Amino acid sequence: ITSAMEVCKSTDISLREFGCEQNLLSRPDGSASFIQGDTSVLAGMYGPAEVKVSKEIYDRATLEVLIQPKVGLPSVRERSQEQCVRETCEASLLSFLHPRSSLTLILQVVHNDGSLLSCLLNAACMALMDAGLPMSCLFCGVTCAINSDGQIITDPTVAQEKESRAILTFAIDSTDHKVLMSSTQGSFSVYELQQCIAVCQKASEKIFLFYRDSVQRRYSKTL
Amino acid sequence: MKDTPLSNCERDFLLKAIEEKKRLDGRQTYDYRNIKITFGTDYGCCFVDLGKTRVMAQVSCELVAPKETRPNEGILFFNIELSPMASPAFEPGRQSELSVKLNRQLERCFRNSKCIDTESLCVVSGEKVWQIRVDVHTLNHDGNLMDAASIAAITALCHFRRPDVSIQGEEITVVSAQHSTVCLIYCTSNLDPCEREERVMDGLLMIAMNKHREICSIQSSGGIMLLKEQVLRCSKIASVKVSEITELISKALENDKKARKAGERCGFAESMPQERITALKMDETPVEMKNVTEKAEDIVKKYEAPPQSVPSPLVPAPGVGQVGQGQQNSWGLEEEDGESEEEEEMVVEDQPKNKLDQGECCK
Repeated sequence: ITSAMEVCKSTDISLREFGCEQNLLSRPDGSASFIQGDTSVLAGMYGPAEVKVSKEIYDRATLEVLIQPKVGLPSVRERSQEQCVRETCEASLLSFLHPRSSLTLILQVVHNDGSLLSCLLNAACMALMDAGLPMSCLFCGVTCAINSDGQIITDPTVAQEKESRAILTFAIDSTDHKVLMSSTQGSFSVYELQQCIAVCQKASEKIFLFYRDSVQRRYSKTL
Repeated sequence: MKDTPLSNCERDFLLKAIEEKKRLDGRQTYDYRNIKITFGTDYGCCFVDLGKTRVMAQVSCELVAPKETRPNEGILFFNIELSPMASPAFEPGRQSELSVKLNRQLERCFRNSKCIDTESLCVVSGEKVWQIRVDVHTLNHDGNLMDAASIAAITALCHFRRPDVSIQGEEITVVSAQHSTVCLIYCTSNLDPCEREERVMDGLLMIAMNKHREICSIQSSGGIMLLKEQVLRCSKIASVKVSEITELISKALENDKKARKAGERCGFAESMPQERITALKMDETPVEMKNVTEKAEDIVKKYEAPPQSVPSPLVPAPGVGQVGQGQQNSWGLEEEDGESEEEEEMVVEDQPKNKLDQGECCK
């Protein structure tokens, strides 16, 4: 453990600039666009709405997540990302309040410059907030990469992701700052994993503050 | 997900208003909605806002083998995705009637107008040509997807930079789009219908025209009967509108070119409006990392490694892996039968080996 301590030094961890715009599309019930550096994602949410009998669940709402890539048709990679986002949303949505209805979340990748999965998660959360769906907690996504020196970089760009030996994405909830979902790629030690989780938990505080600020700004004229 | 149906009183109201030359949003009969064109970070990506209808187009290219019937020409591929984000009526399962119709119209419009010289896309005749793929994603459907899609596609094509490949190196050149072709949608007597008006209409006339006032394609659907004067009048109005829209496109392209030359950051991120109350931006922020290492160490110390319950794998023979050992046969058979079965298996295994030896000897 002592040797690992020296290698994993987290010196300057920073998040790229991020921006968000809510309610930018007129048809969906809730919509948001989330931008992290150059990565941007557009999310649209319809629900609660009528559900097909084959898909209905008697006591809960059926959540469907669709991720559309920019070029080509959705493939296996999009399906696995959809599963990650869907599981995170189901953990935080109070779907028992809307039985036998459907919630459809559509995410469109506008530009991918690294940390795509965390951008998708953040856009999803903002769209759910914009649609006014009841949630038990908010969630945010943070990606960090471990490069060959053992340094941890949060919010990596595509170039940084290519040079790293492991990329880890965590979805963290707002009440207890616990991990809701994790998706990792590459090899890393147990100690590095715990370090990354701790780093992401710290970084998520900034993102939750950003959510709070943007919602406060939005309702500043009515409240 | 189903779309909300149109009520009878809405339908009657819209039809009556059109008779009286009034439109739902206060436009005149031949007025177009506001068009806004923005570009993305990389070349070939553009957004078009036609009123509230929103569409995104992305152009990409790939080197492929050409079609056998045309070995000297490149391939143009158009794909309009009716994303379920645009309207609750669009299902993610593909090929609805509307999607097929839009795809056909867009393809015909661009191929007939020959706005892209496909012979210039050829690299090695008969072996390698460029395949240019245009993906149009509909983001919000408030009527007139066809126009928005065609504007987005042509702007993205003009904006795209195709890498020029020679046998040794690579350079970047601009794709030569000879002239812009723009489609115009005309429904019964109104230009550029919004979503409600589209639902009420009986028929549609679509005219695709380029800036040299040449008609590239006309399509009339819905079975309405048009008089000769009506068609002529529509095409005259179309020529005026097309020149306006083409000017708008070229202005947008020039502005983007200037911005990129000046080294400004371009893209969806930059074009996000700051003055709106629904938008917020935060700059690059460092994150405090005071207790991180201690926290991580604590967690690792508390939890021990899980016990090694899985035995490590063995390799008894090349090509055979074994994890753990099999257990006794507990099916209630007597031991003698079990042993004889094993002997039979051993014999069977030996035989193929013998055959191999024989085969080798024969060679």
